[in-house]
Amino acid sequence: MGEITFSDAICRALKEEMAKDPTIFTYGEDIAKQGGIFGQYKGLLGSYSDRVIDTPISEEVIYGSAVGAALAGTRPVVEFHFSDFLFTGITAIVNQVMKIRYMSGGQGSLPIVFRGPDGRGKSAAAQHSQSIESIFMHVPGIKVASPAFPKDIYGLLKTALTGDDPVMIFEHKMLYGFKEEVPDEEFFIPFGKAEKKREGDDVTVVAMSRMVHESLKAAEELAKEGIECEVLDLRSLVPWDKEAVLESVKKTGRLVTVHETWRRCGWGAELAATVQEEAFDYLDGPVLRVGGRNVPDPFSPPQEEFVMPNKDWVVKEVKKFFA
Amino acid sequence: MSILERDKMLEMYETMVRIRAFEKRAEELFLDNKIPGFIHLYIGEEAIAAGVMAHLRPDDFITSTHRGHGHMLAKGADSKPMMAELFGKKTGYCKGKGGSMHIMNFELGVLGANGEVAGGLPIAAGAGMAIAMIKKTDQVVVCFFGDGASNRGAFHEALNWAKVYNLPIVFVVENNCYASTACTHETTSVEDIAVRGQGYNIEGITIDGNDVLEVYETAGKAIKKAREGGGPTIIEAKTYRLKGHFVGDPQKYRGEVEVKEKWPGEPIGRFENFLREKGVLDDVSKEEIWKKYEAEIEKAIAFSQESPYPAPEEALTDLFVDDTGYDY
Ligand SMILES: Cc1ncc(C[n+]2csc(CCOP(=O)(O)OP(=O)(O)O)c2C)c(N)n1
Repeated sequence: MGEITFSDAICRALKEEMAKDPTIFTYGEDIAKQGGIFGQYKGLLGSYSDRVIDTPISEEVIYGSAVGAALAGTRPVVEFHFSDFLFTGITAIVNQVMKIRYMSGGQGSLPIVFRGPDGRGKSAAAQHSQSIESIFMHVPGIKVASPAFPKDIYGLLKTALTGDDPVMIFEHKMLYGFKEEVPDEEFFIPFGKAEKKREGDDVTVVAMSRMVHESLKAAEELAKEGIECEVLDLRSLVPWDKEAVLESVKKTGRLVTVHETWRRCGWGAELAATVQEEAFDYLDGPVLRVGGRNVPDPFSPPQEEFVMPNKDWVVKEVKKFFA
Repeated sequence: MSILERDKMLEMYETMVRIRAFEKRAEELFLDNKIPGFIHLYIGEEAIAAGVMAHLRPDDFITSTHRGHGHMLAKGADSKPMMAELFGKKTGYCKGKGGSMHIMNFELGVLGANGEVAGGLPIAAGAGMAIAMIKKTDQVVVCFFGDGASNRGAFHEALNWAKVYNLPIVFVVENNCYASTACTHETTSVEDIAVRGQGYNIEGITIDGNDVLEVYETAGKAIKKAREGGGPTIIEAKTYRLKGHFVGDPQKYRGEVEVKEKWPGEPIGRFENFLREKGVLDDVSKEEIWKKYEAEIEKAIAFSQESPYPAPEEALTDLFVDDTGYDY
């Protein structure tokens, strides 16, 4: 078992599956020659040069071509460059990828993986910092994950690469360098399974992606004041692990959801609605939500900091239960 | 050579020097961690902004790109709020909300640098409609974008649109041989992007974008045509991106030798030689011009450094004109 970064984990999963399956190929902007705009796929450089392809800046075709490629018998892995640019080809995803199998009455399958960076933290401003996972929870038709740890991106990507449905994976750009020990043996992590990162009896905190790290820091701080949080890393959003969340809430009676994407209509709202429908009698108070402020991402560092949730926001929200 | 020509040439030379002086310092400041985010430099491409903008009136519009410092300066931007915006300061053109990649000033007619490649083309189409179909003025729109942008659907849709409505738009594609890490010829089906105009029945002209006089002359005709109701033109200005895609780019996709070989063709030195031959510029006047703009940029930097950051809470303003109707 060795320490590897989030980026290494992505490259490892891809290389392993590409070795097994000659129909897997990956393409996008700046991925082959440079190894990703943040150098995050350096590990792919040199391997399978015929199956790692740089494309023109043509997002609608980058995304939409995956449909044709999948139906013609291959497994495309599409790098979307920045989550923000999913919008520049969104019709290919929302109106094609997410509907074709359904409209065909279940003929065939679309084994497509979309993946790439999202998130704030690099002063990249409003058009290069967005987290938009909730949109793909709202519109039906694609599985969604946003892991927080190298082992999870590895295991979920492995599952995606061997599964038969379209998948969208968001990788927080501030996590690419994050390191942890990952087993050397191959393993798979299923979609729809949360992971309990910390046990606690007082409050359930459900987070995903970078916010899991912030929530764990918050839990540590709160523990010093005698408040024990149970921190769940949701890992995937479609499907999301309702059972794990309900079970934890039934124990603690309190729930805080934490995401970086905008608070308004973020996925925390869906969890809150579900929990009040299905576990109302167990709740000791309203479900509280931490989410980014409802404005585009400002460039100036003090303002970017201001709109982006962090550990302190989680601490503050949790304490509301005990005020 | 008439006095007018002489003055115009010097004006364009000064514009180019001013942009270069700004960019050189921006690069240093970025490497020194004084400027956050990403910046994309216009070094080596100055002749295009200078030659085109020499024809524009203050009430004409431009749309720019992520590589937009040069366009904005040439359209008349004050270097102080320009630089302050790169720093993310309150005194910046966008109060620190936009930064280098999204710098804009509507008063100057700059409808935005743009973080989205080809994001400016539909915007230019709309400005063209407003001018030609609704307001019926003789303003024009110049739409700048890169070779890479010409591979996006928005480019093709905007060109067709501009022709269908006969809009006063001059499309200027800055073909600097690269789109981020991709070689233009490896990702673009044509050698000369201007030929794509043919598909939309738009006149397309390919020129040497490092020759400011050729830019000036070609842009002059296209802008005049647009102003007089003659519709759109696409000008492809061939140039070369002498710096990385962004400052800090490891440039794994090209060798140092290639870049070195391109430096002698850079537009400022070339124009300098020409101006010397014509007796318009000598060592003394050249030195004076450089000093003048270097001093201006130093003042802009000092101004930026002294300026405060915007208050964090002000992140919540500017979304709507009616700033009271939404929740945070
Ligand atoms: C729609 C979209 N896709 C991808 C990107 C990422 N990106 C930023 S600049 C760039 C290259 C642009 O090339 P070109 O249009 O030739 O302009 P240049 O950088 O050469 O000036 C890319 C791919 C983006 N900003 N927007």
